[in-house]
Amino acid sequence: MQQIQNQQYVISGVGGQGVLFITRLLAETAILKGLPVFTAETHGMAQRGGIVLSHLKVGNFYSPLIRPFQADGLIALKAEAFEAHKHYLKPDSWAVVNKKQVPRQTKNSSFIAIDANHLAQKIDNFRSINLIMLGFAMAKAGNASNLFCTSQDLEIVLSQRLANNKNFHHTALKAFNTGFSEGRNE
Amino acid sequence: MPERKLMLGNEAIARGLVENGCAVATSYPGTPASEILSAVAAEQKQNRLSMHTQWAINEKVAFEIAYAACITGLRSAVSMKQVGLNVASDPLMSAAYMGVKKGFLIISADDPGPHSSQTEQDSRLMAMMAKIPVLDPDSPAQAKKMIELGYTLSEAFNIPVMIRPTTRVCHARQDVILEEIVFVKNLPDFEKDPLRWAATPKFRFQLHKELEQKLKAIAAHLATAPLLLNPEAKADNAIVVSGVAAAHSKELLKELGLWGKIPLYQVLQPYPLHTEFKNHLLNDYTNILVIEETTGIIEMQLADHAKIKGKLSGMVPVVGELLPEIIEKLICDFCEKEYSPVDLPQVPGKRPTLCAGCPHRASFFAIKKAAPKGIYPSDIGCYTLGLNFGAVDTVLCMGAAIGQAAGFYHAHKNEEKRPDIIATIGDSTFFHAGVPALIDAVVQNVQFVLVILDNRTTAMTGNQPTPASGVGVLDEPLHAVDIAALVKGCGVSYCKTADPYELQDFIKLLKKAVQYSRAKGPAVVIARHPCVLNISPAERKAFAIPVKIAKECDGCGYCVKHFECPALSLNETETKVILDQLLCIECGVCLHICPKNAIIPQKE
Repeated sequence: MQQIQNQQYVISGVGGQGVLFITRLLAETAILKGLPVFTAETHGMAQRGGIVLSHLKVGNFYSPLIRPFQADGLIALKAEAFEAHKHYLKPDSWAVVNKKQVPRQTKNSSFIAIDANHLAQKIDNFRSINLIMLGFAMAKAGNASNLFCTSQDLEIVLSQRLANNKNFHHTALKAFNTGFSEGRNE
Repeated sequence: MPERKLMLGNEAIARGLVENGCAVATSYPGTPASEILSAVAAEQKQNRLSMHTQWAINEKVAFEIAYAACITGLRSAVSMKQVGLNVASDPLMSAAYMGVKKGFLIISADDPGPHSSQTEQDSRLMAMMAKIPVLDPDSPAQAKKMIELGYTLSEAFNIPVMIRPTTRVCHARQDVILEEIVFVKNLPDFEKDPLRWAATPKFRFQLHKELEQKLKAIAAHLATAPLLLNPEAKADNAIVVSGVAAAHSKELLKELGLWGKIPLYQVLQPYPLHTEFKNHLLNDYTNILVIEETTGIIEMQLADHAKIKGKLSGMVPVVGELLPEIIEKLICDFCEKEYSPVDLPQVPGKRPTLCAGCPHRASFFAIKKAAPKGIYPSDIGCYTLGLNFGAVDTVLCMGAAIGQAAGFYHAHKNEEKRPDIIATIGDSTFFHAGVPALIDAVVQNVQFVLVILDNRTTAMTGNQPTPASGVGVLDEPLHAVDIAALVKGCGVSYCKTADPYELQDFIKLLKKAVQYSRAKGPAVVIARHPCVLNISPAERKAFAIPVKIAKECDGCGYCVKHFECPALSLNETETKVILDQLLCIECGVCLHICPKNAIIPQKE
């Protein structure tokens, strides 16, 4: 088993945006890397457009939940989801937020905004905001911290999961790479 | 190397069932338990297992089917959410007395929080009331192990066994090791034994005595005895945990540097609590902190309450989920360790709402037009969100829309000017618990309108089929029961079916139904349009009516307030409505709602 530091991430958005899908991709990537993993997910009524939240813990943990001020990073698929969940972040953590305007930089943390709605429109795939955000997060956080996986690892898992659906596979990879390139180009 | 797979807690439970030769699995969907049965069905398909899996009409029927299977000598299981167990409580209490022939598991998923339930009730109390043992898993991996443990326990003592996962187990994912699936040759053999399977009160007394003896023996069963997780720790005090609170506590004790300092016991079987363990705790420790969700079941069984810090002593919260940050404070206080409180700002969250294009939205809009001053009893499902439109006044429990409508009618019937009553209930909920109430309303001639929101699915819990779907959990074809025929069979004379998407016609129909109900008696309108989450993009295209906002829009906000479609919102200056093309599914219903006719078709 690969030795890594324990890592905790929060992924949030509103019901229907695909928070669960990218949480699961990251969790399966952890397994691909031979790492123990826990997630906690929101199901039920909140999935009808309410705020949803996933916890992802990679490494040696027993509990599926992250405590406030313990998360290493946050992916917010909506600006209001960031406001609701930023208290999970610890100092020196990162967050990528889907937002029109760039939010102010907060002390000790790197908060990076991206207009994923606009990018989704550009690639004509309205439902791909989640993968654009994931690609963007990989580009930004992959450098900044000791992330448990690389974008190549994620692409492998994405391809495995969507092997039976060529169309969706193609558009999903495109969305992921759009977010990734955006993150690298900035 | 054994295969490790990322599994949802509910999938791990399902895997545990098939690995251990479960031959009959039944359920009624309910968050957080819904995915258990569909995961069993997926395993059944993938591994070509000979077993029976089914969604039952409600939890009581699901329980009875699975229970009968176990007395023929097949391993079986029934799964449900905690309030579903209320519905199944009648057979539960009786089955505890009669016992089992082969392993029988009742999986009842609790929802501390609550996240998606009416109550935070603790199923373990139901196990205590029924006098059956209950196992309390802390993670998906342990939930899977407890299936094996549960079947062994059930067969060792001929007793039904409850497995009680909570939301944080059901909806956690974890890497779980897969074991081999045991291919059991299923040989059902029902041996007649009427003194037991149809026992009269005289023999029930005998069965009750046997049950008490079983419980005594189970309180000494080694396989389910509590675990001391850190034998190296020696102290005058100890901490006792169970369920997901055990998972949080293990992690916290390590992080806080207390792992080697205070003994941590994990209870696997909260009821009956092991006798030797009780004695050991009370004899060998001065103070004991007990952390469990949601009622103090373990605590209740420890006689010397002066020693126990828990829910009864007021130290542990009795309401709400025991989040790790709450447990951190409890442990720090108990161990006299410094703790800096976390002060979290309350951020107003986004409230859930019906999906864009949801047919229920059209139905609720029409109901408010047809009976603006009515009383609106409603029920459990997505359509509970009719609250947002002021079109839902009450939500009690499955099927109560109809019973409560009758209650409102009888309370008001002698008034000179009595309010119209329009009740709403989903198709699946109508089948589950609405039918007896409707028959009662016919008998008592309750003057009300019942709108059955027939979206052809059980939407809230993930689009499971209903008895009207004609399809089962394996996608196998089944018989379908026609809702209109059922309504008429209940004795209702006025029953009309219409599509709420045809909003103007639907409002007219509802007005007629209200007129009928005032003069004659119960009127039923079946509002039929498929759930937008359950139809293909091609089907959706077939009725698509793209709309746009015309320049006449003056930003009055009527549509945003009274229709609350996620695709419609006011611009920043609140001068005009904007349409979100990402969310709009082009249902076209909003064409009929703008008082200024400023929502218009894209194509003239």
